[in-house]
Amino acid sequence: MAQNKATANEMAQVETVIGRILQVGVIFSAIVMLIGLVMFLVTGFSGYNGSYVPRRMGQILVGTWQLRPYAIMMLGVYCLILTPVLRVVVSIYAFYKEHDHLYVAITTLVLFILLVALFIGING
Amino acid sequence: MIQTALIMLAVGVFAGIAGSILGIGGGMIITPILTLGMGLNIKYAIGASIIAVIATSSGSTIAYLRDNVLNLRVAMFLEIATTTGAIVGALLTGVLDPKYLYLLFGCLLVFSGWNMYRKLRRGSEVLQRVEPDRIASKLKLNGTYYDKAEAKNIDYQVENVPAGFSVMFGAGVASGLLGIGSGAFKVMAMDTFMKMPLKPSSSTSNLMMGVTAAASATVYFFNGAILPGIAVPMALGILVGAVIGSRIMQILPARWIRIVFIPIILYIGLQMLFKGLGVHF
Repeated sequence: MAQNKATANEMAQVETVIGRILQVGVIFSAIVMLIGLVMFLVTGFSGYNGSYVPRRMGQILVGTWQLRPYAIMMLGVYCLILTPVLRVVVSIYAFYKEHDHLYVAITTLVLFILLVALFIGING
Repeated sequence: MIQTALIMLAVGVFAGIAGSILGIGGGMIITPILTLGMGLNIKYAIGASIIAVIATSSGSTIAYLRDNVLNLRVAMFLEIATTTGAIVGALLTGVLDPKYLYLLFGCLLVFSGWNMYRKLRRGSEVLQRVEPDRIASKLKLNGTYYDKAEAKNIDYQVENVPAGFSVMFGAGVASGLLGIGSGAFKVMAMDTFMKMPLKPSSSTSNLMMGVTAAASATVYFFNGAILPGIAVPMALGILVGAVIGSRIMQILPARWIRIVFIPIILYIGLQMLFKGLGVHF
């Protein structure tokens, strides 16, 4: 049972670190989405002609710089999509700090598979 | 325009609360509302629902700075199976007849619903065995969670790791091939096969769904399946709903969650069986 206790304490520390970073990431993407949404609703204009939605990264970044509401909203959505990836990355670090090599390996493998999936997705 | 935003915000709050309590993501709630209720093209509805899954996942993980319900090791270990499965599923599109998958998973879900009903009747949430499972001990999967409803820490053991891992792989294949949210499968693998209590199962499922969905979300994002006017207010609503929902989940007795979960899992299971048999409504 003593060993069980140590594992629980370890996890508590891991989760506190992860929790803080994730909160920052999620709240950041929520704020970006909210700014875009409020601008869109107040001005009534998406920043683009018709129902056009910017979807290439370059377009979105340029549009955000030019304060186009749809670009800012898409940027926020993209940040939100990245928050679970952030979670995996942070977990690797946290397991490393806990000297849990088995789970550093397991979580790194997850990140690797995830990147392969992203690669296949973009090119397939 | 403001009306659409307000509706999506409200739908999001509701989907976020329900999804985070049950661990099934928001897709099941979001897709019918968007397609049937608002007449949106299925492509955009799927795009929105995948964002909904991520928002539910991320919203419920930030509800507490230290989540003492989910099991991070179980999540990461099983994530190997779901992400690999998702890739295999995506590659198998067009090769494998989805009919058999619908039948297989329909049966599994109905079986799982029956099993949950038995667990409910038996009344004990945590399985206590004298002999801990060897693989689970080796992988340090056994855990403890704090149950607010019962105001105490509950130790639990994890069992049947290979079976749970296999079901997770299948769930990944199904989500890659059929594009269905696999939250119900994830809860099923942990609850029915690995004998985990329902609360850690559903919150671990929430975490995992976000990670799995992130991969496919990028595809939808660059495909142009995301309508910001719909997805953004919905996602904001879900984030708020998921934070509320995961707080509710902690104080709800596990029994109640199970009572709500059983009809839902049976419904999805039967729906898949009918789809597999070629019966449409």
